Amino acid sequence: MTPRTEKLEPPSDDKRWRIVQATMQRNGFERDGLIETLHTVQESFGFLDDDSLRYVAASLNAPLSQVYGVSTFYHLFSLKPAGKHTCVVCLGTACYIKGIPLLLKEIENEFGIKAGQTTPDGQLSLMTARCLGSCGLAPVAVFDGQIDGKVNVHEAMARLKALQEGDNA
Amino acid sequence: MKRPFKTRIKTLKIDGIDVGAREDETLLELAQENDIFIPTLCHLEGVHDIGGCRLCLVEVKGTNKLLPACMTYAEEGMEVTTNSERLQMYRRQVLDLLFSERNHVCSVCVSNGHCELQWLAGKLGISHVGVPYLYPQLSVDASHRFYIYDPNRCILCTRCVRVCDEIEGAHTWDVMGRGTDCLIISDLNQPWGTSDTCTRCGKCVQVCPTGALFHKTKAVAEMEKRRDFLPYLRTMREGRK
Amino acid sequence: MLERLEEIAATEQLFAEEFAHTVNVCMAAGCMSSQSGLIKEAFDKEIERGGVERRCRVRGTGCMGLCAAGPLVTVDSQTPDEVLYQQVKVEDVPDIINALEGQPVKRLQCSIDIPFFKRQKKIVLENSGIIDPERIEEYIARDGYSALLRAITEMSPSDVIDEIVASGLRGRGGGGYPTGLKWTTVAKSDGEVKYVICNADEGDPGAFMDRSVLESDPHRILEGMAIAGYAIGASQGYVYVRGEYPLAVARLKTAIRQARRSNMLGSGIGGTPFNFHVDIRLGAGAFVCGEETALIASIEGKRGQPRPRPPYPAEYGLWGCPTLINNVETLASVAPIVRNGGEWYAQYGTATSKGTKVFALAGGIRNTGLIEVPMGTSLRDIIYDIGGGISAMGECKAIQTGGPSGGCIPAAYLDTLVDYESLAALGSIMGSGGMIVMDESTSMVDVARYFMEFCMTESCGRCVPCRVGTVHMYNILDKFSRHEGTQDDLVLLEKLCDMVRNTSLCGLGQTAPNPVLSTLRYFRSEYMDCMIPEPDGAEIINETLEVAQ
Ligand SMILES: Cc1cc2nc3c(=O)[nH]c(=O)nc-3n(C[C@H](O)[C@H](O)[C@H](O)COP(=O)(O)O)c2cc1C
Ligand code: SF4
Ligand code: SF4
Ligand code: SF4
Ligand code: FES
Repeated sequence: MTPRTEKLEPPSDDKRWRIVQATMQRNGFERDGLIETLHTVQESFGFLDDDSLRYVAASLNAPLSQVYGVSTFYHLFSLKPAGKHTCVVCLGTACYIKGIPLLLKEIENEFGIKAGQTTPDGQLSLMTARCLGSCGLAPVAVFDGQIDGKVNVHEAMARLKALQEGDNA
Repeated sequence: MKRPFKTRIKTLKIDGIDVGAREDETLLELAQENDIFIPTLCHLEGVHDIGGCRLCLVEVKGTNKLLPACMTYAEEGMEVTTNSERLQMYRRQVLDLLFSERNHVCSVCVSNGHCELQWLAGKLGISHVGVPYLYPQLSVDASHRFYIYDPNRCILCTRCVRVCDEIEGAHTWDVMGRGTDCLIISDLNQPWGTSDTCTRCGKCVQVCPTGALFHKTKAVAEMEKRRDFLPYLRTMREGRK
Repeated sequence: MLERLEEIAATEQLFAEEFAHTVNVCMAAGCMSSQSGLIKEAFDKEIERGGVERRCRVRGTGCMGLCAAGPLVTVDSQTPDEVLYQQVKVEDVPDIINALEGQPVKRLQCSIDIPFFKRQKKIVLENSGIIDPERIEEYIARDGYSALLRAITEMSPSDVIDEIVASGLRGRGGGGYPTGLKWTTVAKSDGEVKYVICNADEGDPGAFMDRSVLESDPHRILEGMAIAGYAIGASQGYVYVRGEYPLAVARLKTAIRQARRSNMLGSGIGGTPFNFHVDIRLGAGAFVCGEETALIASIEGKRGQPRPRPPYPAEYGLWGCPTLINNVETLASVAPIVRNGGEWYAQYGTATSKGTKVFALAGGIRNTGLIEVPMGTSLRDIIYDIGGGISAMGECKAIQTGGPSGGCIPAAYLDTLVDYESLAALGSIMGSGGMIVMDESTSMVDVARYFMEFCMTESCGRCVPCRVGTVHMYNILDKFSRHEGTQDDLVLLEKLCDMVRNTSLCGLGQTAPNPVLSTLRYFRSEYMDCMIPEPDGAEIINETLEVAQ
């Protein structure tokens, strides 16, 4: 199939769709640009919902099931919105042997969520990363995008609680 | 992924028999021509191969890697063994793993007696499964007007995906997730019956080797698939080229 | 064109000499995560406040290697020895500035006269921590792009390949495939269009060499890729970078922009007819995309699932065209080889493994960080001398190399000289260079379980042995780690290891059993300790009774 040449009407007049369109255009609306496009959607909207997947599929002339298959193959893509705050714990080898499983367990117990989940109040999402490449500072965790090395379970827990309470207060 | 070869003839040995081959022929095609049996599951004549099930692995002298017959091309002077003790053991283990992955209780399956997985197990002499069952609980999709999809019997061979894409051109199916969480899904992981792309052609149902895709009207052990369907696909595909 | 480079280099030199002092703050990911960004700002402010702008400048540089002691700052006062400060905090900044003219601040100073620095041989990392990765001028001032220009103006493509062959360089992505041979094959493959891909997916947990090179010296990769493109006849390259490395991506983007502007990339490079463009493609969190055929699928916008080889990418790669795939570190070694000659490179290393290798030291070791040593350095020297020994109490128990595809080498083999063959003989692999030191508190069964969990969740799901086999192996290892293993489990585990290793489609499955096999080989007793105690006589009788019923 030949790629289309003009843009499709986006699902809404949200300005962020323009960024998405620009990415697709840069790749000549070819299917090869699917992953790049999904990255842009994820960056702009925080996650990939059905509407955006349909729109991307239609624009790139890609089968829906293929777009869904690609979105669920890669771990950085998320089909659900993340919580207001995020905590990513590194599960790399160095972090593992330096005690990250303890922190993970502690968070899971305290907030009642497992890795990949968000608290019911939508405040905190717990995620894991395969290796953040900061092994020299193991164990490592990322709080709201801020990477923190040599984390200590107590401090980390205090920090997370502060994040949660700070917003509820 | 066939390369545009100028047809040249290669001579090689399969299980000690001298055979001549065009260089665009795979070892599997050659074996079949010469009545040598190599078990397969993911291979489907007429669509491209993926080398996923690993049942067709053969030994080739000079390399200690086992090669998938369905995707290995004939080469001059090759000496191929298709059925050593070791290969048989690995093939039985592959089937073991497939049986353990989902839920294959043959006695209650529509394809009982007509299932390629079951048939191969008999043929390769499997009497019991040597690994614990994993038994995931997956929900059956009966939303389609004519067909039912039961992921509990799916072996992820992706024949349905390839036939629907390459022959029917609908690309209704694809695989989601990865590893053992892989699942065959239609469109945006929605009930098959709500799919806009499915033309209800039934090709996927015909080529499914197990009881994962079947006709609604079929009861236990009644689902026989039309095998003459496969050469038909091949002709169609060649017509398309 | 060479003259223009020399001109840029000379200007840069003059510019540097205007300042009596240069303060370098490490701005690589390691130190950045201990707030080195704030420290750089503090230096900027302090210098302005103290009115020493004309005599002192502040630069952000790449990784200085000793990540454990970060944030790191060096002060270069145009004297032979620079001063290295460790664990610098914002409060320390005024003291450092005040000390510029006098004696260094003792409490922060870290001696550079230690084995960590003295025993390294830096080729790939020659610029890391020394230049500002965001300025192409600094790269050029250190002979950057001279190798590329020499190659395209004075050498034929086959001359370039000859140098690579002579260097004995082998792929640093794990396999150790001879780079010269790979280049020759791609050069000979038929095809109008060919591609160069730099594999910067670096998925092994515990490895951060590639990240560091990208962050500290991105132009080196671009130069290596362009030389490769010239040698094999490609005019387009892609760098496939992990999505988890935003800083590396940003620096790479800047570098590509600058290189294009300086005519070191793009059309008609350096006034010759040679064209070479580089684009970045982002990974999205899938380890298996480091495998070359999966990587190609991913660049094509598909699920990153491998396909059987042959055909190899050298013949049938990206969009079906002949494609050269090399690792970051491999490509980073290319420019120095072309600049100094293959023989110069081959003087380092062992008979079968030439040159130097970058290792990422992590785990229970004192000097965690990045080092580069000649091949053939002993593990003991790396761990105890350069690495400063074990950080916690106790002894080194094992060294994990090669990540989930590698194995655990017990301390008894510390005197092994590191090269591709010696590590393979010990049941591990060189891998990409992650070295994780485990002390006595680490349980080997747990380590095996950890890696199997990794392979299980990273398996792409295409082939049966890896997709299902890893689940069963993980379940068994999990049983052992709960001290519930049985003899039957052990038998099944070993059977599965053999099967998955020999029948899987790609390297991920084929090597997934390695951590289990190597821990079984050296630490079998730990598995034994994780079994349910042998049932005594009474229980056996009960069991037979049950069966009889
Ligand atoms: C599962 C798997 C993961 C891999 N991951 C990487 C990786 O992260 N980085 C890399 O350079 N090579 C990786 N490789 C090796 C590549 O497939 C390929 O051999 C390498 O990039 C070739 O480059 P080289 O010859 O320069 O080593 C991986 C291989 C496998 C099987
Ligand atoms: S019935 Fe035909 S169109 Fe529908 S999913 Fe099956 S193969 Fe595709
Ligand atoms: S549904 Fe049938 S054809 Fe499709 S992957 Fe599963 S077993 Fe194969
Ligand atoms: S070995 Fe694993 S990762 Fe590789 S193709 Fe098979 S399932 Fe995919
Ligand atoms: S038939 Fe060849 S791998 Fe499945």
